Amino acid sequence: MIPTDIRNPDYFHKVVDCQWACPAHTPVPEYIRLIAQERYTEAYMLNWDSNVFPGVLGRTCDRPCEPACRRVRTEEKPVAICRLKRVAADMKGDIAAYLPRVPQKKNGKRIALIGAGPASLAVARDLLPLGYEVHLFEKDPVGGGMMRSQIPAFRLPIEVLEEEVDLILNMGVETHFGHEITSMKALLDEDYDAYFVGTGAPRGRDLDLPGRQEVDDYIHIGIDWLSSVAFGHTDSISGKVIVMGGGNTAMDCCRTSLRLGAESVTVVVRSAFEVMKASEWEKEDAMREGIPIINNRPPKEFVHENGKLKGVLFECVKPVEEDGRLKYVPSGEPDVFIEADHILMAIGQDNHCPWIERDIGLEFDKWDCPVLDDVTFQSTHPKVFFGGDSAFGPENIIWASAHAHQAAISIHLFCQGQDLKADRPPEGVNLVSTKMGVHEWAYDSEHDPSSRYIVPLVEKQTALANVKVEVELGFDAELGAAEAQRCLNCDVQTVFTESLCIECDACVDICPMDCITFTQNLDEDQLRQRLTAPAVNPEQDLYISTDLPTGRVMVKDEDVCLHCGLCAERCPTNAWDMQRSVVHVPQLGSFSE
Amino acid sequence: MTFVAKPRTHHPRLPVNEIGLTRRDYEGSVSTLCAGCGHDSVSAAIVQACAELSMPPHRFAKVSGIGCSSKTPSYFLNKSHGFNSVHGRMPSVITGANLANRDLFCVGVSGDGDSASIGMGQFAHIVRRRINMLYIVDNNGTYGLTKGQFSATNDKGSTNKKGVPNLYEPIDLASMALQLGATFVARSFSGDKRQLVPLLKAGLRHRGMAFIDVISPCVAFNNHEGSTKSYDHLRQFDHNVVNADYIGDHDEITADYQPGTIEDVSMPDGTTLRLYKLEDSFDPHDRVGALNYVQKRQQEGEVVTGLLYIDPDASDCHEILDTVHTPLNELNETDLCPGADNLDAINASFR
Repeated sequence: MIPTDIRNPDYFHKVVDCQWACPAHTPVPEYIRLIAQERYTEAYMLNWDSNVFPGVLGRTCDRPCEPACRRVRTEEKPVAICRLKRVAADMKGDIAAYLPRVPQKKNGKRIALIGAGPASLAVARDLLPLGYEVHLFEKDPVGGGMMRSQIPAFRLPIEVLEEEVDLILNMGVETHFGHEITSMKALLDEDYDAYFVGTGAPRGRDLDLPGRQEVDDYIHIGIDWLSSVAFGHTDSISGKVIVMGGGNTAMDCCRTSLRLGAESVTVVVRSAFEVMKASEWEKEDAMREGIPIINNRPPKEFVHENGKLKGVLFECVKPVEEDGRLKYVPSGEPDVFIEADHILMAIGQDNHCPWIERDIGLEFDKWDCPVLDDVTFQSTHPKVFFGGDSAFGPENIIWASAHAHQAAISIHLFCQGQDLKADRPPEGVNLVSTKMGVHEWAYDSEHDPSSRYIVPLVEKQTALANVKVEVELGFDAELGAAEAQRCLNCDVQTVFTESLCIECDACVDICPMDCITFTQNLDEDQLRQRLTAPAVNPEQDLYISTDLPTGRVMVKDEDVCLHCGLCAERCPTNAWDMQRSVVHVPQLGSFSE
Repeated sequence: MTFVAKPRTHHPRLPVNEIGLTRRDYEGSVSTLCAGCGHDSVSAAIVQACAELSMPPHRFAKVSGIGCSSKTPSYFLNKSHGFNSVHGRMPSVITGANLANRDLFCVGVSGDGDSASIGMGQFAHIVRRRINMLYIVDNNGTYGLTKGQFSATNDKGSTNKKGVPNLYEPIDLASMALQLGATFVARSFSGDKRQLVPLLKAGLRHRGMAFIDVISPCVAFNNHEGSTKSYDHLRQFDHNVVNADYIGDHDEITADYQPGTIEDVSMPDGTTLRLYKLEDSFDPHDRVGALNYVQKRQQEGEVVTGLLYIDPDASDCHEILDTVHTPLNELNETDLCPGADNLDAINASFR
């Protein structure tokens, strides 16, 4: 194998599994260390810089970082990254001094943002400090988008949301609330310098089954229903409720129904439990509240009598694996009838932009999604950019933040007359030694074998009595500090300097995870088998040195390294050093730029 | 040294041996030796050898004298019996342990000071007595614990850190062991576990005393240019004659990439020791030939390593003394005290 080029920013970035998995590339280990040091405000701001809504995300994020966490591979359960983010948000002090300054004198460019959800707000935040005049158009009377309308208050208290939304609005956004854009053409005529569409995926899917039209009054589209609960238009639901669908919206619908007075709530899912779209913890939350989830039951018919809904008839299927994919075949059991007074339909949602005329040079593909460049987020109309769910379909808030950063860079380059790709700022990486003394490191190198700490919850009865009572109480300072210790500090990298190595084997002997081998160089497949512990995870890189004096190379399997620093501690010549990698992810107005 | 203990967390796919233990179960407490010390590699090699042989750690007696080397029994097999004895007296103590309980696996770790200076007499006599043990010398040619004076194994002309040469002739413990009748003599290098681990395994399985002189560089005081016990010197002048590979009952004999002519040696316990002879003119069954060869190469500045001599059929101390098969510490009063009538009969036979 060719020696590893550690100057490539991606190499060490990839070792920080959580940060690499995060769409916004939030520097997770760094903020966890700040939490451990009780520097909550700084931890919060590091998050805010990168993902814009730490308080919101600390409660609602889809957490792609957690399954990626190295701790899953070295033990079992990941660090509770998301809950630690909430600790930073809950405990932070005054952040005013840390906020970017917005110039009084504008740079003369006007930007229109359509939709006041996370994507548009994040674009506004990135552009404002550079002197842009930002106009935000929203059909609702308030900002927040789906964070307000689709996430129930028992998961995300309204104060938390408003604090973070207002923070951005108060940076000087020209807001146009209650102003629905009905024609893109008309807006283009107003001649803004650039446009950003962040209108989400606002159309909930429906199911056209026999009986659908007859019982229209009893069937509600999940996201619309949640929105009407959020805005106070709906405050009760009666009788037996069936929630159809297996995603996070379905989980929110069933838990909300339970709080609004439903006699019983049942979630019925077409597919198997394991492949449901809902996050693991959201399924757990629903089940803990006593809501049954019935799987492998595709609906057949809405049963009604005299114009009133009686229930739903479901077919019984079973999953069969075929070519590694699940297929569903009839299980042979008779159809199942489940009684219902109301049905909440949470089977997916789509982009929907009927207000964008199709003759303005802005192309849509066959799925009715805008045709976009996946790096610049520019549409086929050069002035119009997209981000969040309206770009590539429903994702989640963290993706909206990530899209927004890229779109903001593109808008900035576009307004400055630069090339959106050639002039894009590059990624970078900085390495700083953490060695402070003979046995002192600037990070807590000792491995903490504790299991993941359980988050305290509000008492079930209290939770179910009020849709606005937040269920998770969050970690307190003590639990937060304990959980923070579980972080392996994967951004403190094992950096190897060939010219210093005397091949004494000390690092090989001390490594608790058998990560290091000195051997003759071979091609990757052979090498992976020849190591002290075979490297069976191809997703994780091998770190290869150049040739050493004996003709061998040092090979380190990054897979299960604990970043405990013992290799460096044991190295007599400092050939190993523990160096903190700071990945520079380009972003407008970021502190780190 | 380090203050941070090695985490107990281990590789998720760490193999388990025949008695259900992983290699990590054979480790000891964290080493307080200098970072990069060759002795730590020797300890790691012992851990690996014992784990691969699926040996029960609680059946070991590890004994040492005084010195950096003699601290190392703390760093391997922490579930075994141990005795850190007086300077140079490891052989006496281990002799006692082995005589009292012949079923124990005895491992003695000593250093060049402990064996070649203060313990020279003890060394000579334990070799003669063929105690069933593995005798390891962590040989770095220097008194590391007292900050780098030349030891008795330091080569004449080899310099200290300041460039002052050693004026005395060295003692070669491997040659002495050969001359004194040892039935298993090997030399290895702490920086070459591919050679060292199989030799340790063979030594652990050998009946009688197995002596391994391990050149184990002292990174703090004897790893400079001008030293003949440094990593660089060994890598340049290491002359490997015979590699050994211990083949257990259940080990599959796989196609091997090692060069040399192969000879299989049957061990007393029915297992096989496979020898890879890298030097045609060298015969590991010829004591005098081996002695000459080692001395000759040494004169030319080379360090002969590998299995230098083996007599797999030799008898050990208990066989020589014709002791009972039951370990002496398990004999009860009835066994030990045959009664007045028997005593009278014995006394009568001398009249």
